[in-house]
Amino acid sequence: MLYSVAIFAPLAGSVIAGLLGRAIGERAAQAVTILCMLLAAACGVTAFVQLVYGDAEPGVVSLGTWIEAGSFHVDWALRYDTLAAVMVAMVTSVATLIHIYSVGYMGHEPRNTTWRFFSYLSLFTFAMLMLVTADNLVQLFFGWEGVGLASYLLIGYWYDRPSACAAAIKAFVVNRIGDLGFALGIALIYVTFGSVEFPVIFGSVGQHVNDTYHLLGAEYRSLEVIGILLFIGAMGKSAQIGLHVWLPDAMEGPTPVSALIHAATMVTAGVFMMARMSPIVEQAPDALAFVTFIGATTAFFAATVGCVQNDIKRVIAYSTCSQLGYMFVAAGVGAYQASVFHLLTHAFFKALLFLGAGSVIHAMSDEQDMRRMGGLWKMIPLTYAMFWIGSLSLGGVFPFAGYFSKDAIIEAAWASHTLIGHYGFWCTIIAAFLTAFYSWRLIIMTFHGKPRADHRTMEHVHESPAAMTVPLILLAVGAVFAGWWFRDQLVGEDWREFWGDSIVVAANNHVLTDMEHVPGWVSALPSVVGLAGIALAYLFYMFMPALPVRLAATFGGVYRFLLNKWYFDELYNFLFVRPAFALARGLWHVGDSRIIDGIPNGVAAMTADGSAQIVKIQTGSIATYAFAMLIGLVLLVGIFLLFR
Amino acid sequence: MTNWTTMNWTLAIPEIVLSCFAMAILVFGALWKRESFRMCSMMAVGALLVTAMLVVSNSSGIGYRGLFTNDSFSGFIKLLVLVSSALGIIVSLDYAEHENLRRFEFPVLIMLCTVGMMIMASASNLMTLYLGLELQSLAIYVLAAFARDQLRSSEAGLKYFVLGALASGLLLYGISLIYGFSGSMAFDRLATALSDPTKASPGLIVGIVFVIAGLAFKISAVPFHMWTPDVYEGAPTPVTSFMGTAPKVAAMALLVRAMATPFGHLLPQWQQLIVLVSIASMLLGSLAAIGQTNIKRLMAYSSIGHMGYTLIGLAAGTAVGIRGVLIYLVTYVFMNAGTFACIIAMRRRGRMLEKVSDLSGLAKTDPGLAAALMIFMFSMAGIPPFTGFWGKYFIFTAAVQSGLWTLAVIGVLTSVIGAYYYLRIIKVMYFDEAHEAFDPRPGSLTFVGGVSAIFTTVFFLFPAPLVGAAEAAARVLFG
Repeated sequence: MLYSVAIFAPLAGSVIAGLLGRAIGERAAQAVTILCMLLAAACGVTAFVQLVYGDAEPGVVSLGTWIEAGSFHVDWALRYDTLAAVMVAMVTSVATLIHIYSVGYMGHEPRNTTWRFFSYLSLFTFAMLMLVTADNLVQLFFGWEGVGLASYLLIGYWYDRPSACAAAIKAFVVNRIGDLGFALGIALIYVTFGSVEFPVIFGSVGQHVNDTYHLLGAEYRSLEVIGILLFIGAMGKSAQIGLHVWLPDAMEGPTPVSALIHAATMVTAGVFMMARMSPIVEQAPDALAFVTFIGATTAFFAATVGCVQNDIKRVIAYSTCSQLGYMFVAAGVGAYQASVFHLLTHAFFKALLFLGAGSVIHAMSDEQDMRRMGGLWKMIPLTYAMFWIGSLSLGGVFPFAGYFSKDAIIEAAWASHTLIGHYGFWCTIIAAFLTAFYSWRLIIMTFHGKPRADHRTMEHVHESPAAMTVPLILLAVGAVFAGWWFRDQLVGEDWREFWGDSIVVAANNHVLTDMEHVPGWVSALPSVVGLAGIALAYLFYMFMPALPVRLAATFGGVYRFLLNKWYFDELYNFLFVRPAFALARGLWHVGDSRIIDGIPNGVAAMTADGSAQIVKIQTGSIATYAFAMLIGLVLLVGIFLLFR
Repeated sequence: MTNWTTMNWTLAIPEIVLSCFAMAILVFGALWKRESFRMCSMMAVGALLVTAMLVVSNSSGIGYRGLFTNDSFSGFIKLLVLVSSALGIIVSLDYAEHENLRRFEFPVLIMLCTVGMMIMASASNLMTLYLGLELQSLAIYVLAAFARDQLRSSEAGLKYFVLGALASGLLLYGISLIYGFSGSMAFDRLATALSDPTKASPGLIVGIVFVIAGLAFKISAVPFHMWTPDVYEGAPTPVTSFMGTAPKVAAMALLVRAMATPFGHLLPQWQQLIVLVSIASMLLGSLAAIGQTNIKRLMAYSSIGHMGYTLIGLAAGTAVGIRGVLIYLVTYVFMNAGTFACIIAMRRRGRMLEKVSDLSGLAKTDPGLAAALMIFMFSMAGIPPFTGFWGKYFIFTAAVQSGLWTLAVIGVLTSVIGAYYYLRIIKVMYFDEAHEAFDPRPGSLTFVGGVSAIFTTVFFLFPAPLVGAAEAAARVLFG
């Protein structure tokens, strides 16, 4: 019951704010959505505590039948197990904080327009909750598309900005590619298992381990194909390399949106799905190797790009991309628990960083370029402190939350003792170094040095209102303590008891045990490279500011390669966007204008011509008329006599 | 057959009474020294109503030694004819005042014409058929030339007369051929003689084609349609309105009865002809109307097209088809009368207007008139829920049931083409720049337009009485 309230309260808030927002005004809409979110968070956290620390039993809350067609059966049902409950608790609490923060952040918007924003935020929360509590793939897909829709609406919230509209469309289109893979994966699961219900699928994985699937003349194991297809879906949603291009652009949306959707929750849906589908992907080692490869590459790639970006939100966006790569590395080596652990801590510290960035942007009158910041730390000390906490956590410094979860992943990658696992290990180690570097680059460029903004902006710099700072402080508490608190339960000795049946690992998967016994240098290395990265950032940007400029000039090619994000956008433009436009233009000019329009237009012209010809006989002369009558008569008689 | 020899003259009481009324009004109008047009018209309308009541109360049977038949088919047609004649007189009231045509002969001629049409509806002998047809036609020749001071009107009357005479000649020649090759002119005897279609001689069949040609002229079916646009345009508008309704109904009824009763067994033979004429009429009606700027000419082509649709029902050759024809005729009469009431209302500073472009922006200057005309145009285009749609629906259903897919498809296609010019009128009224307003509308036109618009709009709510009556009437011909 509590559980259902947690999931449907945001929907109620969204509907009220969305449909009645204009009538009841924005204050009332904000109050309604926030109250609904507080209720949802209270219920969500209680449900989580009852399940994990109390005596509540995992189960399924059935809400009724959705589709019943032959052997195809889909229910509306809420799955209540540890994985779902953890996610519900995290999503509702982070979303609540961000709702509250938005009241302050959106305070400069024109009056009485933000009810739409709050309705979308709540709608997003509801869809995300549907996603994480789904008991079947179709409902999961419903939530999956629901968050995609809400993300589209929120990225394009400022619909009068062409760049925001373009970013919203880009996010939607790129996600379609991933979703195609996901939908095909669902279809193949239905073909293989004859059901889309999780209990049925997970219960019969053993019988289908050796099923094969014919594709393009070759035979593959069905589970491998399913694993790859599902991961393609996850790649789109979680912005993994190749399908990551939408995430940096999505920063066009209001900053609270970036924090909620593009850092804490939606983009982690892919990671969640991997954990949820663990019974299947655990039987697909090749697919897992692919996951590790993509995750590790993304972690490395995004970190390199993050090092040279100048937009404060884009740096954090690439950081998110990179951290998602970490999570997939963990999932790929079979440490789903570690991936969810990092998902949780990341939600706190990344939301903190984004909201901190929002606070900076708010203070700087909507300036986002770090090159025009600097010297802010005395003027907004609280935000500055929050940035330190978030960055320490992100950089993996003991004892902040990120230290525990990131180390768990890196150790798990080492402990998998596979070639691809070692690739993951080294990529994540390098990424850890780069992460620390760009995080302090951001801090130093933003808060230290001489102010580079103009005088007027600097005069306006002010600490944000309480509605913004209080959520920051609460998130900071999570960013500090979440790792220390959860480590033993999620990935330590108690993990079997904690997770129950919600995450399934194969009998030969001992990665969580092995990672406790890695060599000392492996566990020490992340901290060492992290501190080295921090030191380098200080050297470059605090003590010798001329050095990075010289480096950029010396290695111009490398610098431009990174600055242009490995030229992914340009490559896609060349490979897909422009050919698609050319094709569309061709179809428009030839297919639509000439053929589709041409046929009816031609018929119409023929009709008009025919009309003109017919009217010509109408001369007005009686003789003509009489002659026509007689001709007609002769014709009729002729026909009658011939064909009777 | 049984009472073949009896006179049963009471069967024709409505016709007799109407003729007497016509004579009385003629005498009254001639003797009354003062302005008598309006009074005569009112009396004529009253006479038509009385006649209608007599028609309703009259009994069925065969009279005048088989020359005259009363059945539910003829009753249906007679009522429709009487109603449309009455509407025709009413729309002429105001027009005649303005155009200086206040002559009492006008209602009298319409009454005589009506008598002719009633006889046509009851004809069960080729001679009665001819008699009724000529009585009707002669009255209309005069009516068409009624504005004798106007060149256009005289020309229309003369044209119609000459071509009508030609058509009459064809009809008579056909009748003589039929009589010569079968030995009878009575419908039931012909039916008996032709019960074996293989025995039908070529001469007889040529005779039938001539009869069809003569009747096709009256309903202005292609290729005997050429007079229609000129006469419609030239004749005074109330006359056009009348010509477009009652005589079409009567002639169509005559064609249906002549094809169904004596020549019913030859259905496979004449069906092809009717199909051909129907297709040609639908095509020409829809195509030629596109280029028209004069709304009366446009209505002429429109009526050619509508007759094409009705012929589909006849071509089906079943009770369902005839039911469709009857329903279509009813809807057609009201749409047409209503449209012409709107056209007659097109008067600015005392001058009649006939151009489509004169309707420009009517929705702003006279929303009521525009709405009524919009209803009629939508109905003619066959857009639900107006009657025009249901007329087409019943017709096309019958065609499909009889397997005449080609006809049904062509019918649908031509109604799409037709929709173009009907909708264009609506577009002109609602989206074009407004002109100066029309002169105030007289009550008589509002009455006719309103009644027609209401019938056209709400028919779909209570279709049962009409559909039932048409069903009963159709069963008489195809049991």
